[in-house]
Amino acid sequence: MHFDSFADFINMGGHGLYVWLAYGLTATLLVINFVLPVMHKRQLQKEQARKLRREQQTQ
Amino acid sequence: MDKTGTEQISANTIGEVKSQVSTWRAFTGTLKRDLLLVFRRRSDIVNPLLFFSIAVTLFPLGISPEPEFLSEIAAGVLWVAALLATLLSLDSLFQQDMADGSLEQLVISPHPLSVLVLSKVLVHWLVTGLPLTLLAPLLAVMMFLPDEGFGTLFITLLLGTPTLSLIGAIGAALTVGLRRTGVLLTLLILPLYIPVLIFGTGAVTAAANGMDVLGHLAILGAMFMVALVMAPLAAGAALKISLNG
Amino acid sequence: MFDKFVAWFHRMGSPKWFYEITGRWIPWFGAAAVIFLLVGTVWGLAFAPQDYQQGNSFRIIYIHVPAAILAQSIFFAMAIAGGIGLIWKMKVADMVARSCAPIGATMTFVALFTGAVWGKPTWGAWWVWDARLTSMLILLFLYFGVIALQSAFDSKQSAARASAILSLVGVVNIPIIKYSVEWWNTLHQPATFTLTEKPAMPVEMWLPLLVMVIGFYCFFATVLMMRTRNEILEREKRTQWVQGLLSKK
Repeated sequence: MHFDSFADFINMGGHGLYVWLAYGLTATLLVINFVLPVMHKRQLQKEQARKLRREQQTQ
Repeated sequence: MDKTGTEQISANTIGEVKSQVSTWRAFTGTLKRDLLLVFRRRSDIVNPLLFFSIAVTLFPLGISPEPEFLSEIAAGVLWVAALLATLLSLDSLFQQDMADGSLEQLVISPHPLSVLVLSKVLVHWLVTGLPLTLLAPLLAVMMFLPDEGFGTLFITLLLGTPTLSLIGAIGAALTVGLRRTGVLLTLLILPLYIPVLIFGTGAVTAAANGMDVLGHLAILGAMFMVALVMAPLAAGAALKISLNG
Repeated sequence: MFDKFVAWFHRMGSPKWFYEITGRWIPWFGAAAVIFLLVGTVWGLAFAPQDYQQGNSFRIIYIHVPAAILAQSIFFAMAIAGGIGLIWKMKVADMVARSCAPIGATMTFVALFTGAVWGKPTWGAWWVWDARLTSMLILLFLYFGVIALQSAFDSKQSAARASAILSLVGVVNIPIIKYSVEWWNTLHQPATFTLTEKPAMPVEMWLPLLVMVIGFYCFFATVLMMRTRNEILEREKRTQWVQGLLSKK
């Protein structure tokens, strides 16, 4: 472990703002990149379900 | 459609009646036809030049009329303005032919499409790049470009503007079938123009400071050669796609 | 060996087969991505020694460099996939190329943003016209161009082909742009302190970096497969097997 205490770790030798800003934004963007296709797939499944229901009603 | 029929149509579009036309004749035929069309619509020549002059005029007004300052940014301003003027004129490269259907005739003609594209690009350069190059020294006087830079400015524009037309043809071909093209074309093409801009202005700045510019010119020439070989092929392929979609 | 590869290549061209095989791969790549990224982040943030010059701000390297590497390799991957789609008229390759662009643009943005944030404590400014940052910015513009072109066409096939040509042209241009920006940079600036060129990094420093690079690649592979699968579902939605798949769950 490079740091002595947790507060030290957060502070990053005075560069905390920069390090955590960079890591925070990267983590957010990676999560968004992962979530978008998951949501897209759900939406595709919903559309298909709706289409099936429509077809069953008309028959 | 049989072979002679196809050739007949392509021959007709370039103003020839013979059914057997060599590729060279097709090239010159397209060239003549396009030049004739441009001379009937002279605004295509004048508008980019007007844009070029106005854009250059904005810089002293917007930043500073100080001669020392202007002479420092002159090369960059002239090059950026020439680049944008070329960009804005790219719409006319294929749009008209798309509208009247002659573009399709070019695509189905038996001649290699890249050769025909090359002749259209040549016309584009003759009516925009060349006049811009000729006008640039005049504007350079107004921008207080150091005397040593004039020759280099002229040569870099002479070498650089055909490269701009060639690269631009790819973008124009990709977007010709689309409804809204203006901003999209800019987005596609401007990043690809950056190397030409860097070496064009670099050469003029170097010359103004009394340095050797042969290296810059050699790189500009190399970029022109690469573009000359590859851009017509890419633009031809892009045209085929645009016509299908 | 080569025959096997050709056979595999042809099978990958079938959307159904691609969908099934990637369905089996995604959990593995996803798990690998999570493990590598977590290990690399903790290692890089908490255990790696600090840089003698830049102190702890140097820890941004563990996301900046992998993102920058990815940004460039994704563009190459996109152009290669686009080229395959263009030459062999392979639908799956088109979809892969299409799925590459948003991920690549994200990675480029991450590289730019982390570079700027890193620049503040190192150079004293958020933005410096450094050769690497500048060529990254141009790469971001190239990505935006490809994405804009993809969405400009009504037909997905034309969109795929047009953007394949654009990304191939872009790939030819990337080295030229990089070279000219580097040259321009040396002309305009005295050689400043560069971000990544360091005198021989010690093992404790670059090992976490390697872990992060692998993690980023696994992440890219996972998201790429997910996006491509969605593309397949969308484009093949009229086929029997896709309708069966979608209505099952």
